[in-house]
Amino acid sequence: MKHLRPVNRKAQRIEESIVAAQPSTEEDVVALQQAPRPHVPMGCSLSFSPGWEVDGGGGTAGLCQPAERDIYDCYVTCFWPVQVPDHVNYSPDWASNCAVAAKDWRNLDLVFP
Amino acid sequence: MTVMTQIQAPARYRRGEMHAFKAGGSEFMYLVTAGAVFALDDAASSVLARLDEHEMSHVELVAALVEGGYSESDAEDLIRELRLVQGIVTDQAAPAPGPTSPPADFPLQALVLNITNQCNLACTYCYEFGADKIATPAGKAKYMTIETAKTSVDFLLEQSRERKAVHITFFGGETLMNFKLLREVVLYARDAAAAKGKGIGFSLTTNATLLTDEIIAFLSDNEIGVTVSMDGPPDVQDKHRVYKNGKGSYAVIEPRLRKLLANHKTRAITARVTLTEGVMDVVRIYRHLKDDIGFHEVGFAPVTNSGDRDYALGDSGMDTMLAQFHELADEWLAYALRGQMHGFSNVSETITELLQGVNKSHPCGAGLGLLGVSPAGDLSPCHRFTDADTHTLGHISSGIDQEKRGEFLDRGHVSAKYECQSCWARPLCAGGCHHEAFVRYGDTGHANLHYCDWIREWTDTCLKVYGALSAQNPEFLERFAERKALS
Repeated sequence: MKHLRPVNRKAQRIEESIVAAQPSTEEDVVALQQAPRPHVPMGCSLSFSPGWEVDGGGGTAGLCQPAERDIYDCYVTCFWPVQVPDHVNYSPDWASNCAVAAKDWRNLDLVFP
Repeated sequence: MTVMTQIQAPARYRRGEMHAFKAGGSEFMYLVTAGAVFALDDAASSVLARLDEHEMSHVELVAALVEGGYSESDAEDLIRELRLVQGIVTDQAAPAPGPTSPPADFPLQALVLNITNQCNLACTYCYEFGADKIATPAGKAKYMTIETAKTSVDFLLEQSRERKAVHITFFGGETLMNFKLLREVVLYARDAAAAKGKGIGFSLTTNATLLTDEIIAFLSDNEIGVTVSMDGPPDVQDKHRVYKNGKGSYAVIEPRLRKLLANHKTRAITARVTLTEGVMDVVRIYRHLKDDIGFHEVGFAPVTNSGDRDYALGDSGMDTMLAQFHELADEWLAYALRGQMHGFSNVSETITELLQGVNKSHPCGAGLGLLGVSPAGDLSPCHRFTDADTHTLGHISSGIDQEKRGEFLDRGHVSAKYECQSCWARPLCAGGCHHEAFVRYGDTGHANLHYCDWIREWTDTCLKVYGALSAQNPEFLERFAERKALS
């Protein structure tokens, strides 16, 4: 620590625990525009799905997938089952009018059971 | 995959629970929920000062620091550090939990053997025999038998389980009225401890009236620590510490003390002074006991009483006492800055606890690592509850009454004391002496509210001594810690 100096045993233990815990708290969750820049692997995978994430410039234009692609995670993988139609049982055709999500996402409609 | 987080108002920072203080030209924070002490640089101090005025969001705080000349990344680092140690917290953070209770099967570390409840003096303020006594000794044994004592030693060794060392304190009444037993117990306990591969230490408290050359030699040979209950020079000592006929005890103990201090070189010899109304000449008492008599350490405590006694310290008495405590604390610090030990143990004890950063669940070890044993073998939380039917926690032959012990400990836990929850001195005080609380309020679980202001002021004084040393002579603190670990 730079600004705080531990001066008793308990404070030293707190500092040690902070230092020991640093890899997990520092590297678990990072913003893409944070400095220094985090390492971002090339290629797309589910774990880099857009949505609430932003790119290195703070926008969504440079994301490896279009932000709208995110809705398919909710739909296809049932990750977020409540807000989107269930494509397994009740709405298998819900996304049939949406061939390219970035372009056609407006074709996705509400479902009236 | 998208993980939605709940959207809420940005958290606002405020100071964590702390006592901030300045010492030796530096600023410090004493963090209450941990007992930790951190020195602050100017930047950290300025954050606390800003948050003192009003709560701020992260963005506001960063902006304010940048305006104050810090880089943005430095500001972020600073805020992060303060957050991690909980020097600053957000209004959305859950309050830190209180100290957890020690395990129910806490291993025993020390026994106080009340080897007699008889005394040859009749000190007017005595908590064992005086007006506010809680002991009910009628019909009970007056002297401990060797069988009871040996059973106690075995009990201690057994109940200490994995501990490598245990301690026995001999107490009274006047302890030396049963010296014959004391001698036998020491020899027995040494053998018994050795057979179990454990270390063992001894100490005793005495009024010094019965010390003889033979006793002094035995105490020295066996490395038995000695605490002498004594109030000071003749006029002070003889005010309350008198024989049953009213005669003062100073003239009797003075030559004995000189022999004790000249011939007992294996352990520190301590004087323990009781302060009463009109007997608050702390500095003069200290000088006499330390410089004239030659005690290694001198400790002071105000008399325990129900609040109604004419010898009780009033508010002005406490103020007088504290002013003199400060004088000795300044002297303690001056010694320490020169690398010398000072004998005012009220400072030494607190510094030891600050070094560790204790955060107590209970004010002391009573009922946890320590128990008292009455002459008849009844167990009590400590020596102050000996022979009190209200607080028997079992018997040496049948073991600890876990239900009563649990009730005593639940009652005395700092988290059970409402007034303590908003006090920054609670890691060290934890509500204060169980016995004092019982005498004063009829409840061992009552916070000792009559000395809260005094405890806070004294803790602040000791923190400043500690802070000054950490800034100006940290090597002394290291040596002090090592020395304390040995004693």
